Amino acid sequence: MTDLPLSQPAAAMPGRRTGSLLAQDDRTRRRNAAESRFRLYGVIAIAISMIALVVLLATILTGGAGAFRQTYLNIPVTLDAEVLDPNGNRDPAEMAKVLTLAYGRVLDAAVDGTIARHGIQIEGLSEADIDGLISREASAQVRDRVLANPELVGQTVEFDVLVGGRIDGYFKGRVTMDSAERDSNTSPQQLMLAQELADRGEMVTRFNWNFLTNADASDQRPEAAGVGVAILGSLYMMLVVLVLSVPIGVAASIYLEEFAPKNRLTDIIEVNISNLAAVPSIVFGILGLAAFINFAGLPQSAPIVGGLVLTLMTLPTIIISTRAALKAVPPSIRDAALGVGASKMQSVFHHVLPLAMPGILTGTIIGLAQALGETAPLLLIGMVAFVRNFPDGLPGGLMDPASALPVQVFNWTQRSDPAFIERASGAIIVLLIFLLCMNLLAIWLRRRFERRW
Amino acid sequence: MPLSWAIFASFLLAAAGYIIGRSRAFASAGPDVRKLHSRPTYHGYSVALTALFPPLAVLALAGLLRMAGVLSAEAGPVVGLLALGAGVVGLGLGVTRIGQQFQARNAVERMVLGLLMLCSLIAIVTTAGIVLSLVFETGRFFQVYDWRTFFFGTEWTPRFQGNSQLGIVPLLWGTLYISFIALLVAVPIGLFAAIYMSEYASGRVRSIVKPAIEILAGIPTIVYGLFALITVGPLLRDYFAQPLGLGNSGSSVLTAGLVMGIMLIPFVSSLSDDIINAVPQSLRDGALGLGSTPSETVRQVVLPAALPGIVGAVLLAASRAIGETMIVVLGAGAAAQMSLNPLEAMTTITVKIVSQLTGDSDFNSPETLVAFALGLTLFVITLALNVVALYIVRKYREQYE
Repeated sequence: MTDLPLSQPAAAMPGRRTGSLLAQDDRTRRRNAAESRFRLYGVIAIAISMIALVVLLATILTGGAGAFRQTYLNIPVTLDAEVLDPNGNRDPAEMAKVLTLAYGRVLDAAVDGTIARHGIQIEGLSEADIDGLISREASAQVRDRVLANPELVGQTVEFDVLVGGRIDGYFKGRVTMDSAERDSNTSPQQLMLAQELADRGEMVTRFNWNFLTNADASDQRPEAAGVGVAILGSLYMMLVVLVLSVPIGVAASIYLEEFAPKNRLTDIIEVNISNLAAVPSIVFGILGLAAFINFAGLPQSAPIVGGLVLTLMTLPTIIISTRAALKAVPPSIRDAALGVGASKMQSVFHHVLPLAMPGILTGTIIGLAQALGETAPLLLIGMVAFVRNFPDGLPGGLMDPASALPVQVFNWTQRSDPAFIERASGAIIVLLIFLLCMNLLAIWLRRRFERRW
Repeated sequence: MPLSWAIFASFLLAAAGYIIGRSRAFASAGPDVRKLHSRPTYHGYSVALTALFPPLAVLALAGLLRMAGVLSAEAGPVVGLLALGAGVVGLGLGVTRIGQQFQARNAVERMVLGLLMLCSLIAIVTTAGIVLSLVFETGRFFQVYDWRTFFFGTEWTPRFQGNSQLGIVPLLWGTLYISFIALLVAVPIGLFAAIYMSEYASGRVRSIVKPAIEILAGIPTIVYGLFALITVGPLLRDYFAQPLGLGNSGSSVLTAGLVMGIMLIPFVSSLSDDIINAVPQSLRDGALGLGSTPSETVRQVVLPAALPGIVGAVLLAASRAIGETMIVVLGAGAAAQMSLNPLEAMTTITVKIVSQLTGDSDFNSPETLVAFALGLTLFVITLALNVVALYIVRKYREQYE
């Protein structure tokens, strides 16, 4: 009965308010405090994730910016014909027999000449310090240019040669006089020499296009390492993924969404796809190793194998987003097409598919972006190998060994010279720029073409 | 490469078939095109497809035979010619079928449907490939190595000379420990972020914060790995591990766990966001109408209602954490040991898969084959987690639909 509470004395009812409604009692205050605490937790959670994002991006950007700048020494090099072309007939085939070692001696002489010309005198500067000023890659650099143009031999030519990684690090603030004291690869005297040369405008740090076009370089020459092969390898893999995963993924989604009868087989397929989407990527790497390399006999480190593995990985993503896009097309479109006499197939291919296209493209680009950043499966199929040569053009280049951007990053983190960490961060910046462009394209497509019914 | 030439030639043949089929259809219709059952383009497509399928089938068969070792590499040109021959025969058959009564559209649609069905089977083929390759190689591993030592051995010391101790227990311990820390970071932060965004935040805040959190989800794991290696690891070592005397290694369980936790935040928050939004508004309105504050509504009505879904989301996050590779490769270290100290380097299943399978590997030694057994274990664990999680999430969705 409803009057039961009324029969009890008012004092016996717990929590009954007696004071003014405007004054907050203890319990209300407690509840309000709990409320604002709860809100604060939410704000803190969001703040932590925002701070994590900012710190993550900031460390990578500040750490990697150095990779895009490189220090060069501008010196006039006298290309001694006696050394570089002993036979004197300027035949590139014969000159190719001259080793980079000889060019190294020519360069050393040029550096000595420059120091003498400026009259730089530094106490305790050893011959090794002067020779170590320029990169070991510099002699190869000069050799390549001379072989490309044999007429240069015998002349004095201005060269911008790479300086050593430690000197480069000095101008970027990575190496200091203190650290040079403890470093067997450089010395304070060498850094002072570099500083003198920089003061006289012979040594400059400028934008480094070579980082984007060079191949990887050996452990001793971080200053010459670039992401050229990695970009090309990633590009080839994305091409394979695009060519294979889009037609197959769209076809599979059309079948499952529009034609598949509801039976056991389609059920199995659907469960399968949603599970495949959550299989760890490294398991796909094992599959690639076992199926494509050990069983099918495809070459290791080849973009085609990487592309195939990434295709299998992206297919579930593409299928899931394509099915969502197809589902978003209202049934009235299909009914209208069927109503004017189109076959089922015609209604799908002439009406539903074009309308779902923006959604499909968006999903595909996001799937590709995921594939571009994937590392673990590529490690297992040998993409981590040291690759110095650019792969051939298409289609033969698909079988040549190549690297990939994320794998190149991993590769550089495993090297001992700290200059490679800067390169790794730089490679990540390149990777993130690619990802940003792809995602912006996806967002633009969605904004521009998406229709809501 | 004769193979790519054969493929190219068969596509050329198909294009020719389209043109021939179309013009033959026009010719057979006479002056009135309406006499044809199907439009001429369908006749073209039908010829093109009948010319394309046989050579592709021949090439696929030859590829399989070559992988199985029946066919040698020198047979390439023969296969190519055979494929082209099949293409010409298909083209001929296709052309002879053209006539006023031939139902070209229906034929084309049947073929296309078959093609679509074939494509949707790729998912099953992939799964079968994964399972087969893992099970087959794991079987080989257990022929040379005792399975009891593998599953219950507490020592992991692979040696090149043989006589390695390959016990999975320390790896499993490291994996679970790191995943636990990652979830400890990701679940509260992700859940509170999701609650705040769905229950409190204004539209403007939401439109800024939600995409920002999604950026975290789009960053490749190698970036997180590098972050762990060059920033978080040294930070923890210099400010926690060394002053507290708990260790002096940059890579540690805590490093990998923290960074992996950051990686999982968007995963947890977007999943829980969906789930919280799926709770009917009437439940909230009821609770608010009875006088509860918004936080009481969330804690006592919304969260209990969404609990099964959130458990599913946490399980999915756990499966991601267990299968994550790059962060642990760069952040957790390579020492297989079992310890409770989170500032010590430990290692995981995925790290050991990478280290056993990269570089020169001999596919007959237990040291290499063990990677497949590790992979199978990983696959089974994550699959079980996923199946349970997806089941819970689906069940939960049905509840409110």
